[in-house]
Amino acid sequence: MALYSDKVMDHFRNPRNVGVIEDANGVGEVGNAKCGDIMKIYLKIEDDIIKDVKFETFGCGSAIASSSMATELIKGKPLSSALELTNKAVAEALDGLPAYKMHCSVLAEEAIKRAIADYYKRAGIPYDEAAFREFECCHDGE
Amino acid sequence: MQVYLDNASTTKMSRAAIGAMLPFFEETYGNPSSLHSMGQRAKEALEEARAAVAACLGASEGEIYFTSGGSEADNQAILSASAIGARKGKKHIITTAFEHHAVLHTLAKLEKQGFEVTYLPVGSEGNITAAQVAAAIREETCLVTTMAANNEIGSVLPIAEIGAICREKKVLFHTDAVQAVGHIPMNVASMHIDMLSLSAHKFHGPKGVGVLYARKGIALSNLIEGGAQERGKRAGTENVAGAAGLAAALKEATDRLSENMKKVAALRDRLIKGLSEIPHSVLNGDKKSRLPGNVHFCFEGIEGESLLLLLDEYGIEASSGSACTSGSLDPSHVLLAIGHPHEIAHGSLRLTLSEYTTEEEIDRALAAVPEVVARLRNMSPIWRDKVSGKKPFLLK
Repeated sequence: MALYSDKVMDHFRNPRNVGVIEDANGVGEVGNAKCGDIMKIYLKIEDDIIKDVKFETFGCGSAIASSSMATELIKGKPLSSALELTNKAVAEALDGLPAYKMHCSVLAEEAIKRAIADYYKRAGIPYDEAAFREFECCHDGE
Repeated sequence: MQVYLDNASTTKMSRAAIGAMLPFFEETYGNPSSLHSMGQRAKEALEEARAAVAACLGASEGEIYFTSGGSEADNQAILSASAIGARKGKKHIITTAFEHHAVLHTLAKLEKQGFEVTYLPVGSEGNITAAQVAAAIREETCLVTTMAANNEIGSVLPIAEIGAICREKKVLFHTDAVQAVGHIPMNVASMHIDMLSLSAHKFHGPKGVGVLYARKGIALSNLIEGGAQERGKRAGTENVAGAAGLAAALKEATDRLSENMKKVAALRDRLIKGLSEIPHSVLNGDKKSRLPGNVHFCFEGIEGESLLLLLDEYGIEASSGSACTSGSLDPSHVLLAIGHPHEIAHGSLRLTLSEYTTEEEIDRALAAVPEVVARLRNMSPIWRDKVSGKKPFLLK
């Protein structure tokens, strides 16, 4: 069996939504270079709808594919449904990830949540900070 | 077109090696321990292979033990030397920080049994010196084990000098020569090597067969107990076809050594020169004392696994010391040993050539690698931070 599913390879080869949104109103970055993956999500939110989303990722194939899939899953969706996106849903949409790569899907979930929290902060919208769990690095700290 | 540049992982078998193996599957398939004539013909073939290997290494036949490969040979050499040391109350071993895991994990096991291991630090040039070895030798040192050439970054160690020091100080010297044999001159006599490990599939022989050379008089400990094969030091019915294939491949590699070295090194140098033009990259390993077929770079701002996967899309089959490829999340211990921070160590690429590599294949790699690096950098947030001046570049 190949390391990755066809879907992972497709999203890795042809990542959707790569790039930067210059006038993003929510930006989230997770991971660190020491761990070998960093994911950055840019959101353009209007009327509680994710009008546009872009990502940049430094990382392995599954990190790039997870970012790509996660952006596809939230694009055009209301914030409430983007907040419900789980890493499991990202992995499932990719037809699975190897066990030791599951943290890549966690990164994608966390990056989106962090970008939404950033939007709330910028917009002065109160939110439940406890619901935005902190990402734990794959290593023992940065 | 597939461009295979992962020859340090394994190689294509040579026609000579395949041809040497074939008679032992359907014709002369007898057990070398059998007394009937087919068994005895197999035995003869095995001993001919042993003699051929001995001749290539500057050893005598009685000093060659066939094993299942390089890892087994490393394990047996180190465990034998440590057992000899322990009997004399000597429980100190010297090695380097960038050995293969077959050596490092065996030594870790010995550390748990009360041995002390000195790991010689590797300089930023990716090598160690014989003086480092000399300075580390103590009264209770029972073994020095250093690789002949590094599997990741291709540095060739000063084996003859290390061997001379060990011989003078009367300390056993083992070298994991898996990456060296068949690629650079290796002679156990002139290099004062007491034990040497090699693996057939690194020089166009079959997988699953290797050799432990142990100088006459060194008492080997068994890893596998059973019958009296390999003079009682390695039980189990001999892999006759494998031994024949190994010997044929080694003989061919040895016969063509200087010609191949020259040809492969020229291709290597062209590849290095071209890839050096990629900004913010570094060539790892010893620039002068280097395996003819090794090219190893780190590229800032990208991660090695995605680099390999994308290169595969371009038909380039390469390797990396990257965390992600091995199933572990830690970057290569070799790249950390030469002083790279994690961030840089994650972005590594190893291209390894053989005498079958062509000019055209090098052209393909030279076209693909810069393109793939640029594609990945374009989607990398840390690359953007560096370009925009938010974060400093770590490589020139």
